[in-house]
Amino acid sequence: MSLKLSPSSSAKRKGEIFLLYAFSALGALLLSALIVEAVGANWSDVWNALLDGSFRKPGRWGRTLGSAVPMAMVAIGTIISTKVGLINIGQEGQMLVGAAFAAYIGAHVPGPGPLVIFIVIISGFVGGAFWSGLAGALRYWRNVPEVLTTLLLVTVAANFVGYGLKNTWLLLDPDAAVGNRTQVSQQLDPDSRLPRIDIFGNNFSISVIISLLLIAFTFWLLSQTIVGFRLDVVGQNQKVGRRFGISEVRQGFAAMCASGGFAGLAGALMLASGDFAKFRLVPGFTVNLGWTGLLVALVAREKVLAVVPVALVFAALRTGSSFLAATGVERRVTDVVQGLLVLALLVPPAVLFIRDRRRQLAQVESRT
Amino acid sequence: MGFLEAIWDVMSTESAYTAATRFAAVLIFAAVGEWVAERSGTLNISVEAMILAGAFAGAMGYDWTGSVVVGILLGMGAGLIVSFVQAQMSHRLTADQFVVGLTLNILFLGVTSFLYAQWKPSSRVASKLEIPLLSDIPLIGKALFGQAWPFLLLYLLVPFAWWLVYRTRWGLEVRAVGENPQAADVSGIDVNKRRRESIYFAGICSGMGGAYLLLGQVGRFDDGIVAGRGFIALVAVIFGGWTLRGTIFGCLLFGSVLSFRLTLPGLGYELNNELMSSLPFLVTIVAMAAFAHKVRPPGSLAKPFVRGLK
Repeated sequence: MSLKLSPSSSAKRKGEIFLLYAFSALGALLLSALIVEAVGANWSDVWNALLDGSFRKPGRWGRTLGSAVPMAMVAIGTIISTKVGLINIGQEGQMLVGAAFAAYIGAHVPGPGPLVIFIVIISGFVGGAFWSGLAGALRYWRNVPEVLTTLLLVTVAANFVGYGLKNTWLLLDPDAAVGNRTQVSQQLDPDSRLPRIDIFGNNFSISVIISLLLIAFTFWLLSQTIVGFRLDVVGQNQKVGRRFGISEVRQGFAAMCASGGFAGLAGALMLASGDFAKFRLVPGFTVNLGWTGLLVALVAREKVLAVVPVALVFAALRTGSSFLAATGVERRVTDVVQGLLVLALLVPPAVLFIRDRRRQLAQVESRT
Repeated sequence: MGFLEAIWDVMSTESAYTAATRFAAVLIFAAVGEWVAERSGTLNISVEAMILAGAFAGAMGYDWTGSVVVGILLGMGAGLIVSFVQAQMSHRLTADQFVVGLTLNILFLGVTSFLYAQWKPSSRVASKLEIPLLSDIPLIGKALFGQAWPFLLLYLLVPFAWWLVYRTRWGLEVRAVGENPQAADVSGIDVNKRRRESIYFAGICSGMGGAYLLLGQVGRFDDGIVAGRGFIALVAVIFGGWTLRGTIFGCLLFGSVLSFRLTLPGLGYELNNELMSSLPFLVTIVAMAAFAHKVRPPGSLAKPFVRGLK
């Protein structure tokens, strides 16, 4: 079945794809504007407030960068597991477990500051990898669908970390001087916090640079090396993989661990950067960033480099939402905008798939 | 204080049964719909969103009209809206059903909390209806026949779902579509249409469950009102081995486990709250790992159908 594509038709196709995406995104934004108007506010006020809150007002884009980091890390992890054809939707839990491991290590391991930071971040990765590894192991050992286990383990993680935060031998800060907040972990030692950078009054943690390096590294790993190739083969066609001697189980399990590992890393970076909850672990520490990171990955669609702009947009929606109070619109409206955008961007690839499919069928039928 | 003694104490307390059926009822509403959707081949993870939308619409309906009936009808409508998006995206456009479901969960969490903050509907719990004689049965009478009246809808819904799936042509086609879509397609059944319809059914049931949760139990809307009940309902279907009987048993079991958090402290037992809350999930994971090879899921569960593609 050869679909001959002349250069002009491929250019036309690219144009079509672009238009489809543009229309979908525009549709989502239009719908969001309608919702804003429906509750009696002005959409341009809302737009300006979002821009002010995310970039324009002094010190805001530093914050936006700060929330983009965990989203981007979670998204990178998600892309790795999607590559082998696994669906990991439990990043929220993996992140929390990673942060819990990091908080525990940070409170109990003595040593020079930089070394402790390094160990804290690595232990975040290990924690997340452990949590998703459970789902991966059940997938390959007992054939339990990983979609369900990862999802179910989110609640389990929240409960277990909540338990840890009630007991001093696990995570609870033994220092009674923390006031009436009964469920907090010990604050990271000032030496073992990530350094912060100050540019033009915008203050952000060095985790921004770490995550950019990791994104570049993952991009290289997935697109240029045998590691990425193996994952690709398993994800595309397992029969071919077997012929090449690539073990589906090993690749899948490793990808699953890496996926959760990046989520855990996101949690550890959140803890060590201090943008959230002041270097302490608290219940609900991940503030839905795991879910948002997953959405980022869905929009970026397996393209590692696309994660950066998408994460920035979603982070801007998040930080911008805190400036909405003056417009009379609830800040939760940004959650709606996010959801609508993601849903709208699911449409173009599906439409293209169906159309190509129809054309192919029509070709086959016209030949017979 | 022995373990057996604790069990005996719970088993002989009337309020324990009432609490258990209260928790189980919401699960059953949602799980019955989810069961039909899964039999048709969709692992529908947007139940959570459907319940939440149903609960919010229930609050709005009650706020506007002061009528529980309107609240429940609106709840069913809201569930239907969520299921419409899920069905069209996953079984017309063939977008990945998990991705769509997950996005819907997040989207509707945003939509309901946004609209709640804007409109602040007020609502309260519907009146209790005790069926004479039946509600006088010791221990379980109040639990089964003395709840807020929307509870009684379950006695209609469950037999109806059974009849629909096992005694109608539509139900036969739904099961065929879930087992072997290629064969169903060849014999002239519109596979994706049946799947869409069964998702609509799931949406209506879950919306009803959401409205019941709000108007029959909680009374006031809150964006954390569902608290993973949709996922537990989904899991109950799997736990029940994709049979209606098993699904309802699963809901009752998980409902009881969830209710221990309320009943055990009342009886003077200490327990680990966190462990109890995660127990339904842990039990399900263990059960799936242990029995995965014994029960057989619908043949094409969670596999999209595109004609000509395997």
